[in-house]
Amino acid sequence: MQMRPHTGLEIDGFTLGEKLHTGGFATIWEVTHPQHPAPLVMKVPTILDGFDGPTIVGFEVEQMIMPRLTGPHVARVLAQGDFARMAYIVTERIAGGSMWQAFKRAPLPIDAVIEMAARMAQAVHDLHRQHVIHLDLKPDNFLQRPTGEMVLIDFGLSRHDHLPDLLAEEFTIPMGTFPYIAPEQYLRQRGDLRSDLYALGAMIYQLATGRMPFGEPETLKQVRQRLWRDPVPPRALRNEIPEWLQEIILRALEVDPGRRYQSAAQLIFDLTHPLQVRLTERAHKMAQDGFWTVWKRKRAMKKVKSFGTPISMAGQIDRAPILLVAVDLSPEMESLSHHLFLAVQRMLVIQPDARVACVNVLKTARIGIDQSTDEAGNHLHVSRLVGLKAWATGFDLPDDRLTYSILENSDPASGILDHAEAVEADHILMGARGHSTTRRFLGSVSARVVAEAHCSVTVIRLPERRKALAEVEESAA
Amino acid sequence: MRLAILTDIHANREAFEAVLADCAGMRIDRFVFLGDIVGYGPDPDWCIDKLIEMQAAGALAVRGNHDRAVGVPDGALNANARRVIDWTVNRLSAAHKAFLSGLPLTVAQEDLLFVHASANDPQDWIYVTSERHAMPSFRVSTARVIFCGHVHKPALYSQDMTGRVMGHGFGYGTGVPLIRSRRWLAVVGSVGQPRDGSGLASWSIMDTERNELTFRRVGYDSATTARKVRSAGLPEALAARLVKGI
Repeated sequence: MQMRPHTGLEIDGFTLGEKLHTGGFATIWEVTHPQHPAPLVMKVPTILDGFDGPTIVGFEVEQMIMPRLTGPHVARVLAQGDFARMAYIVTERIAGGSMWQAFKRAPLPIDAVIEMAARMAQAVHDLHRQHVIHLDLKPDNFLQRPTGEMVLIDFGLSRHDHLPDLLAEEFTIPMGTFPYIAPEQYLRQRGDLRSDLYALGAMIYQLATGRMPFGEPETLKQVRQRLWRDPVPPRALRNEIPEWLQEIILRALEVDPGRRYQSAAQLIFDLTHPLQVRLTERAHKMAQDGFWTVWKRKRAMKKVKSFGTPISMAGQIDRAPILLVAVDLSPEMESLSHHLFLAVQRMLVIQPDARVACVNVLKTARIGIDQSTDEAGNHLHVSRLVGLKAWATGFDLPDDRLTYSILENSDPASGILDHAEAVEADHILMGARGHSTTRRFLGSVSARVVAEAHCSVTVIRLPERRKALAEVEESAA
Repeated sequence: MRLAILTDIHANREAFEAVLADCAGMRIDRFVFLGDIVGYGPDPDWCIDKLIEMQAAGALAVRGNHDRAVGVPDGALNANARRVIDWTVNRLSAAHKAFLSGLPLTVAQEDLLFVHASANDPQDWIYVTSERHAMPSFRVSTARVIFCGHVHKPALYSQDMTGRVMGHGFGYGTGVPLIRSRRWLAVVGSVGQPRDGSGLASWSIMDTERNELTFRRVGYDSATTARKVRSAGLPEALAARLVKGI
């Protein structure tokens, strides 16, 4: 027997309270349960009489995907109910509101735009790492926890890389929210995580300018125009937008996914390292492309049926990793740092889309004057940067994929670990100094990084003659 | 309850042992065998003995077309398959044969149904190779999840609330939630003679509490099995295909 939700309804121990929201496809209710003291919400799909295909399948997709997701960027699932009585999903209630409110206030101050953009991208990267592409990113689908983390909701159009894609198998029309939908989604491709980066680009555009890059199309035919028509450059609408931010936005909005950021981590990297964003003509553009350019593009796009899709999400994320390389520039370590250079070069052969973040740790005194404030400190900082750039000469990478940072920390291992976390590094490469008694007692930097890093770590060592072997040789002599 | 579902072992001891070793770390509560313990492979007696032992310990098993062919000649089998059955018959004891002929065609447990081939006519050994071929199984059965083998290529189908049947892609090692708004049909790949281009043995875990189905692959010493096939004088094609999974 089918049940309909109403205040006071009891189902599986949950009691429905007030209705919080009525959406196009579902209603959201406040619920309580004697065993769960924390605030909860229940989402119930609105099933029209008869068979309501997209709503049902969308909800089935959510029921498949949501229980598998973990971490601060999703709402924890507590229970779900069957269509036989009443389909529902109960999750924790996120105290903060939806981003929709903030978007209504756009344009926002540039600092606020950057912070929100980075937080949204972080949530998306976390989702991608769990093999899920959201495919319906829009302001309403981001909530913010009081602690600041963005929480993604509404996975009705999402796709899990390892699970059946019920939507692709059942429907053939493009699905998504028109102002934010990526060109390849219009072409019915559902397997590309870079579609989410496009939607992020559209949202950052909106936060920065107060306008949607493609307006509010109402028909698929209007959506199709974004395959050839470029948006008004954000700086033409608001000239205080820095060039580097326009570069980021327009890169995320590239029509061909291959020309966008290749992972959300790379987008976060640029948002948090503005000085290292390589400016292209995208950054300087002040007007939309002219009639002839657009007309030619339209003609070219007529033949396009699809863009190159990555084989798998995991493959895409692995293909575009962020490699953090910690370089020891001390003169006695020259040959070790050369080995490290060769190791990075080898990795770039197999991972041509990798991004290399070179770091060097400037060890500061635990107590005492901050070195970087005095002249000598400043000089040291600059000379280290010069040294780091000299070390990296020879990597065949465009500027935007090679960055340099001098980290200041009294504890080099912490410096490297914190930075790896901040840039969402996928892999740390570093050298290990030789064996010595001090290191045995105090512990080496590399050993700590290996033990505590949340990503892969490769430690490069100089080939050393084995001691035992050396002794045998000596005694033989 | 966690069920390990194995099918089409086809007298391949090395593959069978490798899958059982893989199961050892998976907290399996019960084994289910979907038929074709014999045929094609060189170790029918060992495999039947193992199955008898496991059945005594609570395993469920149904009969496949090769198991039946040991007792009743089957004109539908291809020449190579028939040659191996003739060879197999001479190696089996009366107890082995009695065991095979005593296997049921289907077994049900709660809302799950286990059968070797298409459920609509289990004795006809119809291959479930497409959505169209999956449809009749849903029609005749009321089970929520149907498991079959026979095809040697793993596949997953579902029937939605309107009755439409569709095939699904899936990944290995990730539990697929068999959501209750649909009915499901899983074609479990073959342990002893995979044919989907991978030589790895194929099997599945059904976790009834989590309501998740996981397809798994595991490597085994196929070179040894191939060598045994050759030294038993069985058709060369049956040895060669094991390594490539064709």
